[in-house]
Order: sequence, then structure tokens, then C-alpha cells
Amino acid sequence: MTTKKSPLHDEHVALGAHLTAFGGWDMPLRYTSDLAEHRAVRGAAGLFDLSHMGGISVTGPEAAAFLDHALVGNFSALRPMRARYTMICADDGGVLDDLIVYHNGTDEYFAVPNAANADAVLVAMLERAAGFDVAVRDISASLALIAVQGPRAEEILREVLTEDPEISGGTALDDLRYYACLGMRFGAEGVLVARTGYTGEDGFEIWVDTPHAVALWRALLAAGEPYGLVPAGLAARDSLRLEAGMPLYGNELDTTTTPYDAGAGRIVKLDKAHDDGTPVDFVGREALAARSEADPERVLVGLRGTGRRPARSGYTVVRTTDGGGVGEQVGTVTSGVPSPTLGHPVAMAYVRPDVAAEGTELAVDVRGRAEPFVVTAMPFYRRG
Amino acid sequence: MADYPSTLRYSVEHEWIDDGTPATVGVTSFAVEALGDVVYLELPEVGAEIEAGTVVGEIESTKSVSELYSPVSGTVVEVNDTAVDDPALVNSEPFGAGWLFKVEVSGEGQLLSAEEYAQHAG
Repeated sequence: MTTKKSPLHDEHVALGAHLTAFGGWDMPLRYTSDLAEHRAVRGAAGLFDLSHMGGISVTGPEAAAFLDHALVGNFSALRPMRARYTMICADDGGVLDDLIVYHNGTDEYFAVPNAANADAVLVAMLERAAGFDVAVRDISASLALIAVQGPRAEEILREVLTEDPEISGGTALDDLRYYACLGMRFGAEGVLVARTGYTGEDGFEIWVDTPHAVALWRALLAAGEPYGLVPAGLAARDSLRLEAGMPLYGNELDTTTTPYDAGAGRIVKLDKAHDDGTPVDFVGREALAARSEADPERVLVGLRGTGRRPARSGYTVVRTTDGGGVGEQVGTVTSGVPSPTLGHPVAMAYVRPDVAAEGTELAVDVRGRAEPFVVTAMPFYRRG
Repeated sequence: MADYPSTLRYSVEHEWIDDGTPATVGVTSFAVEALGDVVYLELPEVGAEIEAGTVVGEIESTKSVSELYSPVSGTVVEVNDTAVDDPALVNSEPFGAGWLFKVEVSGEGQLLSAEEYAQHAG
């Protein structure tokens, strides 16, 4: 399989990026140092190319009704120029993907799935569109996605983009809330700006038509440099999202996981209803309703390492024996890194409910040794 | 192609060794570039008898864990505690302050010249 290349690929190569295959794409893992890029985002700003993410346009008079049927959230209730984190589930309640849906115009929505799932999500949405007056189109190739994340992000954005009431959708940047979006100008071009991200910092995600992606990337890099902005790769993105307690599809989420398992039951709107009050029969509803009533078999928890060695995806969570050795298995690590911000290892893991209480002392089997970890509330990091 | 110090010799597993007595062992800039930021080192203990081509420790970076192979056989006489405490030294000075351990050499594995190693690392 050949890997796809971002419209910004040549920029990454010129910046000396270390590239990696991710979700079928050749993307920057890091430019210089994972740690430096992570710290830049926490302390100043980072610039991310997220053009590998999917992009599905949903338009038509029944667009909201269709999304209510196809996804677990309530999109009839989503106001224009607002975004929502949601999931698409199979009939059995298993998660096909987590995605963000933007309501970016009258009867117009934009769904952003993960790169590796983009094709599967498109196929599922096209199937589920049968009987609805709606057009579902993959427009990812015509758009690049660039994110500016960090405490200086808004200042940098203002250096490069300008407000234009004619395309803003009714919001000013000053009033732009988390999970809201607006249209702005990059020169003469219109771009869609959303106050969303995957880092735990303030920041923006910007959709730009592919032909203007390189110019926007360069403008943001140049304008951001005095503020301490650096380009940041997928390695920093992963450690940032993990500190922020955000799940990653393929690690915390997969088709064997329900939103409830992952602690995201709040986004499943079992009670969403049609105008006449009858419940919306969305895909997965029956299985998810049953799951919402049942005792969970496993719980997603945060783990804080009290030693130095990080846990990694796939490692076993265990009880410690009296001698300090590896005891009974009680769970499995889904993600883990040495936290650059906190200075100790952090991880997410699925564990048995009887060991999921905050403060429970557990261990992770790090190649035969019991490394101590404590069950900890997430997020691990919350911006000040 | 990167330049590697011509005074050192190299293993195919990306360790370097000098011609000192005892000899100093570290990992190459190529290995460091592939690893990313090093956050944890597990080195052999002083006095350990090690064998060329076998795993003698681990190098953990933000993203992965890699095994450390010994390029030679012999007895470990010193480990770099400064690098254990500050593993970032391996990134910043892989051929200098980021050295890993010193060994009294009793036998060698397959070792490459700088030129051969450059070909190998590509």
C-alpha cells in the first residue's frame, strides 16, 4: 500500500522532519525533539499539519436528522457554528470511530474522522443515508487541516487571519468559545477556524483549500516564531493528548469498545427524539441502551507512575505480590508515555471495576518487573 | 550521509566503541535520531560479564524501548551514572558525555569502520 502525502509534505521535508506512516499517510513524527515540541505547545504554541484527518461534508434539508440516525449525538440540537465531539457505532454498540462534527452553515455539517477510519466512516455514513434527503461527500482531498495550539495561539492567529462579517457566520473571534467555529480570511481566501484541539491547550484548527495550504503554513510559522511557535509532530501530539486525558482510536477505542467502556457515555444521547416526541432509532441504540444499564466489565482509568519507567500500550496491569513481584492480571495498558509536563509516567488502561477506584495502588508488568502505578483522575494535566 | 568519528568502531546494532583500555561504549547519532528523546537508561552493572552481540540493557525514549547490545565481550568496569540521571545527554552528545559504559575487552564481535558503518546506517 502506498502512503498518501499531505499537501504540506514538501514543507515537512524542507524542515527536516522525521516522517512516519500513520493511518495510511506519511506524516511528521517530529521535527527536532518530541519533548521540545511538547513543551513549546504547553508554554507558547505548536503548529500541526493534520491534513491526514478525514473530511466528510453532509448537506441537505435532512442533514441533522440523518446525523441523529447515523451517530450517537444529538445534532438537531447543535446550533450553527458550533462543533460536537461524537462517535459512530456499529449495531452492536462498538465504536467505528470518534469524530468531531461542525455545524458550519444552514443544513450544512462537516464531519472529521480519523485518518485510518476515514474510508470506513464514509462507507457507513453512505449506507446510513438511505432514505434521507441528504448528500454525503468525501471532501478531504480538497482541504488541508492546520492546527495552532498553545497559550499564544490566538495572538498568532490574529497576525495571519482577518475577520470578515460577511463570512464569519455571526461570531467574532473575541467571542469564539471552545467547540465553536467561524469563517475568516487568509488574504482573499475564506478559511474555517474552529476553537478545537487535541492538546489540552487553547488553540485553533483551520481548514483551508488545498491550493493555499502551503502559504498559510508558512505564514503561521513566520508569524508564530517571535511567540515561540515551533512545528510539532505526531509524537508530541500523542503525549499532549494523553496528558489531557483524551482517547485515541486504536488505543482506547476500537470496535470491541462501547462509548460507555471508554467513559464517554455522556455523548450517547439515548433520549434524542423526533419533533413529535418519538425516540430516534439511531444505529447501535438498542445495544447501547442495554450497555448503559449493565455493570461494566472493565473501566478506562488513568494511571500515574511512581517509578521512572513508562508503561506502554499492550502492557499488563497487575497487582503486586507481597514480594513486590508481578501478581494477578487486572487490566491492560492502552497508552503510556513519560509525561514531559509532569515529569512522571502517565498511562491509560482498561482495568477490572474492583480496582478502578482513584488511589488504588497497582503495577504494570514492564518486561517482567512490577513498576508501581496509582489509579488517578484524568485529565493528568489541566491548563492553568 | 552522516559523518561518524573515524577513531571509533561500530556494531550493526548501532553501538560505538573506542580503542581505550578499558574501552568506552555508547550508541550512535543514527540510533539516537531513530529513538527520539531518551528518557530512561538501563545499563549493565559494574562487574557484569557481558558477551558480544547479546542484550545488556535497554534504552527507553518517549516513544519506544530499544535493546542495548554489547559490541564486545568482557567485564563492565564503569557505567555512566551522569547519563542515567540525565538521559538527554545521550541525545545531545551521543559520542561524548552521553557514553554508556566502560568494559575490559576479552573478545570482539563484528565491528565496522566509520565508513562501513555509514554505508550500513545509510
